[in-house]
Amino acid sequence: MSNLRYDDHEEALRDSVRALLAAYSPWQRVLSRVDGDRSYDMALWARLAGHLGVTGLAVPEEHGGAGAGFREVAVVLEELGRAVAPVPYLGAAVATRALLGCGRGDLLGPLAVGERVPVLVVPFATSPGVPAHPVAVADGPVLSGVVAGVADALPAGLLLVPADDGLYVVDADAPGVTMRPVLSLDATRTLCDITFAVAPARRIATGPVAGSAVTDAVTAGAALLASEQVGVAQWCLDTTVDYVRVRYQFGRPVGSFQAVKHRLADLWVQVTEARAVARYAADCLATGDPDTPLAGSLAQAYCGTVAVTAAEVCVQLHGGIGFTWEHPAHLYLKRAKSAAIAFGSADRHRTLLAGLVDLPAPAPN
Amino acid sequence: MSDDAAAEMLRGRVAAFLDRHDPAGDRTAFLRARFDAGLAWVHHPVGLGGLDAPRRLQPLVDAEFARVGAPDNRPRRNSIGLGMAAPTLLRHGTPTQRARWLRPLWTGEEIWCQLFSEPGAGSDLAGLTTRAVRDGTDWIVDGQKVWTSMAHRARWAILLTRTDPVAPKHRGITFFVCDMTAPGVQVRPLRQLTGEAEFNEVFLTDVRLPDSLRVGAVGDGWRVARTTLMHERVAIGGRPLPREGGMIGRLAQTWRDRPELRSAGLHHEVLQSWVRAEAARLTALRLRQQLLAGDPGPESSAVKLSFAALAQRISGIEVELLGGEGLRHDDWTMHRPEEPDLLGRTATYRYLRARGNSIEGGTSEILRTIIAERVLGLPAEPRVDR
Repeated sequence: MSNLRYDDHEEALRDSVRALLAAYSPWQRVLSRVDGDRSYDMALWARLAGHLGVTGLAVPEEHGGAGAGFREVAVVLEELGRAVAPVPYLGAAVATRALLGCGRGDLLGPLAVGERVPVLVVPFATSPGVPAHPVAVADGPVLSGVVAGVADALPAGLLLVPADDGLYVVDADAPGVTMRPVLSLDATRTLCDITFAVAPARRIATGPVAGSAVTDAVTAGAALLASEQVGVAQWCLDTTVDYVRVRYQFGRPVGSFQAVKHRLADLWVQVTEARAVARYAADCLATGDPDTPLAGSLAQAYCGTVAVTAAEVCVQLHGGIGFTWEHPAHLYLKRAKSAAIAFGSADRHRTLLAGLVDLPAPAPN
Repeated sequence: MSDDAAAEMLRGRVAAFLDRHDPAGDRTAFLRARFDAGLAWVHHPVGLGGLDAPRRLQPLVDAEFARVGAPDNRPRRNSIGLGMAAPTLLRHGTPTQRARWLRPLWTGEEIWCQLFSEPGAGSDLAGLTTRAVRDGTDWIVDGQKVWTSMAHRARWAILLTRTDPVAPKHRGITFFVCDMTAPGVQVRPLRQLTGEAEFNEVFLTDVRLPDSLRVGAVGDGWRVARTTLMHERVAIGGRPLPREGGMIGRLAQTWRDRPELRSAGLHHEVLQSWVRAEAARLTALRLRQQLLAGDPGPESSAVKLSFAALAQRISGIEVELLGGEGLRHDDWTMHRPEEPDLLGRTATYRYLRARGNSIEGGTSEILRTIIAERVLGLPAEPRVDR
C-alpha cells in the first residue's frame, strides 16, 4: 500500500532545505529579482547542489546521484514552492524522468553536482498524452522549429527535444539554438521560446521508448508539481493565519470573526487533502506504480486549484496590504495560477481521468 | 518489543487460541474467550481485553481471525459502545467499572448508547440541563435527551448531567453510566425526515443511579466527555475505503450503466465529485496511517467535513442525473434500522439521509470553528456564557 506519510529522513530533508532557503532565498530576495532581471537564481541552485546535494536525488548512484527517489524530490519541491524559489528544480526532475525512461541515466551525472541542467523541451502547459512535436528533423541530424513557453530552460545546459521520430539531445549553447525569455505571469519561473535553426542534435531514443519516456516525464511533472503546489498553499495558509491573529479591527483580531475563521478552516481542509493527494502521486511515481497516470491527473485536477484558492484567500484576507507589490502574496498568486495550467489544467486532467476511470462523456447528439 | 516481534507474538497467540477454541462453536463463548486471551483490543492492558501491544497491530489480529471465518463482535451494531464508551471507560473508569463493562461491551452482549444531546443543547452541548441530584449514596436524574441511536436496544448509556447548576457551565457537569433498565427511563422513537427512526428521544424521570455508576469526579464530566467526542469524529469519518467505496461508487455506476442519462454539465459534476471523493479517501487513508504509526493528526476533522459535503453533493447529483426516475421514492413507512444505511436504498433516500451528515457528530459549522481555533490557533469569538 502506498505510504502517504513523510518518513523521518524525509522530514530531515525538509528541515535542511527549509533552513537553506530561509538563509539564502527569503521572499525579499525573490521579490527584488522579480523587479530586476527575473533570471533564475543559479547561486541558490549551486547551494542546493553543493550544500545539500539535492539536485541529483533521483539520479541513480552509478551515475553520481543520491539514488534516493521521487518521494524525496517531491519533499524538496514542497519547500521550493513554499519559498517560490526561482530555481529550475521541477524542470530538471521532469528531464530526469525522461532520461531514466529511455535508459540514458548516464547523461545525468553533471546534474547531480548541479551542472548542466537538463530540460524537456515542451511547452509548460503540455498535458500528458498530447503529442505536439513542432520540431522537424533533417539529415545530420539537425533540428528546426520553435517551441513556445518552455519552463526552466533558460538556465539549462542540455535540451531534450521530442520530435516525430524520437527524442533528441541538443546542447543549449549549440549553434542554431536561440532562447528568448518570455515576460511571464510567474516571474519566479520565467518561460522562454526556443528556436532551433538547423541545430545539431543527437538522437537518444526512438519509437515507443521515446514516446513513453516523454509521456511519462510529463506525467511525472503533473505528479511532482502537486507537491510544489502544496508548499505554495501551505505558505499562503500559514502566512494568512499569522496575519489575522495580529491584525485588529473593531477592537478584535480579525481572525476571531467567524467569516474569516470558516474560510481558513475550509482552506485548511483543502490543503490537508491536497497533501494526501500529492503524497500519493509522489509515492506512485517513486515506486513505478501502474496507478501513476491516474495519480498524476488526480493531483493536477485537485492540487492546482487548491493552491490558487489558497493564494486568492491570502490576498483577500490580508486586505489592502495583500494587494500591494511590496507584500509577497502576489508572488504566490502568480506562481499558483501559472502552476494550475502547467502540465495540463484541472479541466484537462479531469478529461484524462474520465478515460482512466471509465466515466465517459455523453455521446454527441 | 519491536513491531516485528510484537506481530510475531500476536500471530502466535492467535494460533494458540484457535487450537483451543473452535471458531464454529458457540459464538458468545468464543468471543468471551477471545477477550480473556487479550486478543480483543490488543492495545488494552492485560485483563481488559488486551496485551499492551501496539494499537496498529489490531488489524493484523482481526485479519487472522477473519481468515479462519471466526465470528466477529458485529462492531456496527454497537458502534457507540466500541467507538466511544469503551475508550472513555478505559481512560476514566475505575478498575471495577472497567472490569464490569468492557467485556460484555466488546462481545456485543451489552449494547451501549449515548445520552448527551438535549432539545436545548445541541452544538452547545455544555448547555445541557438534565439534572442529577444526590440522594444519599444515589443520584436522582431528571431530564430529556435526544438523537439517541440504539437506545431501544441498549443495556447501558453514557450520560451527561448537570450536578451543579451554579458553577460555570463547563464545570457543573458530571458523567455517568445510565442503566437503561432502571425505572423512569422511557425511550420513544424519533422519526426523521427520511420517514424512519434511527434515533430516539429518551425521557429520564426520577431515575435512581447508584454513585458507583459515576465516571470521573463530580463536576469533571466535561473533561471526560471530551475523550468520548474526540473518538466520535474518528468513528464517523475515519474508515478506510477502497476507491469508489463510498457514495461516489453509486453515482459512478449509474453513470456507467445509463448512457442515455448523461449530459455535458453533469459529466463535469460527476468528474469533479470523483476527484474530491478520491482526495478525501486518500486523506482518510493518510490519517489512518498516521494513527497506526502512533502519530495522530487533526485530519479527522477534515475527513468528517469533506465526508458530509461530498455525500450531500454526490447524492444530489445522482437524483438530478436520474431525472424523472429521481422523483420516485421507495418507502416512507417508519422503520427502526439496526444501523444507519448511508449507501443503501434509492438515490432519493441517500440524498435525504445525507442531510444528517453535516449535523450529527458535530455540525459542519461547529467543526469549522473547532478547526480554526484548535488547529489553526485563531482567537475565539467573544462569548457571553463563560
